[in-house]
Amino acid sequence: MTLTSPILLWCLAAGQFMLVLAMGCALVRIVRGPAAQDRVMGMDCLYVNGMLLILLLGLQHASAFYFEAAMLIALFGFVGSTAMAKFLLRGEVIE
Amino acid sequence: MNLPLWAELLISALVLGGSLLALVGSFGLVTLRSFFQRIHAPTLVSTMGMWSITLATVLFFSLQGGQLYLHALLITFFIALTTPITTIFLMRAALFRERMSGRNTVPPSVSAPHGTQNSDKTKGKP
Repeated sequence: MTLTSPILLWCLAAGQFMLVLAMGCALVRIVRGPAAQDRVMGMDCLYVNGMLLILLLGLQHASAFYFEAAMLIALFGFVGSTAMAKFLLRGEVIE
Repeated sequence: MNLPLWAELLISALVLGGSLLALVGSFGLVTLRSFFQRIHAPTLVSTMGMWSITLATVLFFSLQGGQLYLHALLITFFIALTTPITTIFLMRAALFRERMSGRNTVPPSVSAPHGTQNSDKTKGKP
């Protein structure tokens, strides 16, 4: 199915491995963060890394459909992070 | 259809560089000590890492399909628009919570004299 060359496939595999490690780092911050704002920051980092991982999967399978999933993650991740940050600031999301 | 060699090398370099920068930024999230140091690290992910990988996507699909594929730049547009908003909200929330906790780890607010009930009064001021 994929028509890409071995160089690109190896680099994509290495990039996906590094992005999974990056998601693990963000997960460590979510689990271990001393305050609530640290956990929200970890969630923010986690969704950006996951979106980049889905873009790399789209490159690996040479399919343009992964782009829409990445777009949705970017949009809803922003909504979620902003709602949580607003909740930390005021104690309610919509006032 | 296969890509030319220069395109494969360029896309590979962009992918490797972008994911390495994302890894460095996320690793800084773990190793830096206080929240106000840590908030700098994930910006590396959402600027350089995101730009490199979306540029690799644009190059790959443009060269493979034979026509210009600029959809992935929408992601850079949205992330570049939304990350500063989230970061500013989070920064203000962290400052507010640190001041409310009374631990004296952050300096008091410039505009409010006691620094604790500042969240309404500083709105709209730099």
